[in-house]
Amino acid sequence: MGSAFMPTLSLNLPPGPVITDGAWGTQLQAQGLGAGECPDAWNLTHAGQVETVARAYVEAGSQVILTNTFGANRLRLAAHGLGDRTLEINRAGARISRRAAGDRVKVFASIGPTGRLLAMGETNEAELSAVFEEQARALAAEGVDALLLETFADLDEIRAAIAAAKATGLPVVASLVFDSGPARDRTMMGATPEQAAAAVIAAGADVVGANCGNGIDGFIPICRRLRAATDRPLWLKANAGLPEIVDGRAVYRTSPEYFAARTLDLIKAGATFVGGCCGTSPAFIIAIRQVLQTAKPR
Amino acid sequence: MADFSQLREAVLTGNAPAAVAAARQALDAGVDPVELVNQAISPAMEEVGRLYEAGEYFVPELLLAARATKEVFQLIRPLLAQKDIPPAARVVLGTVQGDLHDIGKNLVGAMLEGGGFEVIDLGVNVPPEKFILAVEEKQAQIVGLSALLTTTMPAMKKTLDVFRTAGIRGRIKVMIGGAPITQSYADSIGADAYGENAAAAVAIARKLAGR
Repeated sequence: MGSAFMPTLSLNLPPGPVITDGAWGTQLQAQGLGAGECPDAWNLTHAGQVETVARAYVEAGSQVILTNTFGANRLRLAAHGLGDRTLEINRAGARISRRAAGDRVKVFASIGPTGRLLAMGETNEAELSAVFEEQARALAAEGVDALLLETFADLDEIRAAIAAAKATGLPVVASLVFDSGPARDRTMMGATPEQAAAAVIAAGADVVGANCGNGIDGFIPICRRLRAATDRPLWLKANAGLPEIVDGRAVYRTSPEYFAARTLDLIKAGATFVGGCCGTSPAFIIAIRQVLQTAKPR
Repeated sequence: MADFSQLREAVLTGNAPAAVAAARQALDAGVDPVELVNQAISPAMEEVGRLYEAGEYFVPELLLAARATKEVFQLIRPLLAQKDIPPAARVVLGTVQGDLHDIGKNLVGAMLEGGGFEVIDLGVNVPPEKFILAVEEKQAQIVGLSALLTTTMPAMKKTLDVFRTAGIRGRIKVMIGGAPITQSYADSIGADAYGENAAAAVAIARKLAGR
């Protein structure tokens, strides 16, 4: 298992682990994004600042960067009164990352969950399908290289998103959050890594992943279990631990060096795409690149 | 004492129709509704919470159990009112100003309703003044504040500060929760309680309500 990278992706990336990017939300905050402001709307109002974040990751050595469209589905945007700007916000987000990426770096467009729970009757399958189809189509229209479904917790919701993403013909990465249960190895809805891998592959995902969570240490056993469950490429983006609040500001205690050293362990555990989630920055990507250059795994 | 094993089992398996049927049967047989709550519903919900803490139950099981007990409470609430027994405390719930995330808050609301509380859900992005209005209007005893983002956590402190300035802080108990929240943060801003998850919210609210 795990012998071949990218068996199902034709992205012309070199063999071996692929370095993705780090957090966008925390980077946009550093650019002035206020609490409660809609980050995705910045694709229209602060395109320059969004592109600064994208370029910082390209310059740090990311081989894949995401788009600032994690919350740009109609249901989430509607909460900001921006539902009717859904297409524009997604298309602008894809264009910004495409521009920053140039020819060498791939753009994987980010699609996040709706924030509505099927189990509470807050949404239904038909609405989810329509919402994800709209976002996936808008992103695909701007020539992104793949669609990334990230930070999902509900297998039913990610199934709807995978179906919508697959319909564009682009490769699809399906990444869940395993942060629940005593061992912090289940999704909020109770799915194990094995159950999640089986479900997303059956739904047509090309790459299986985990992101966010409770810091990178917990990702290594999860990565091992995903590796045992599938021979698809694996996508692992841990956050920089849970933040502590110091003088009213969020402080992430994980250092880039520690994160990079553990990323090497993730690759040994079978990770294909590596990078970071909340609290990570271009400094983390530089550290990962340096560790990989020194270690030359595989 | 009546045998509540069927009712308990129905709550634990999240079977709302079976729970309502078992409750109705017990009430028809003359069981006191207060006894029904204390001997069956509350222990069953505590067991649900324990199973959640133990990792045997997850959010879907919590929601089903909460829905079952909520329906039982709809059945017994009028009976309690007839006997002049006050309802469990009223809880005003909301996600603080600047934060639009509501999954955690909605789960807490469902669990509290399953615990017999009357929940007034103000939604997301709730300014402090709106909490105060709801507390006054509904005579609520407990306020629950939620935040998912580290950037919106400071709004919790601000909300508590406004409660103090408005002079209502002494009348209410404040419980807070959300992914980045910790006990030490709750202590630092002077909240009365912190709940790590939705399952814990019921026991905390009971304690705050003094019952």
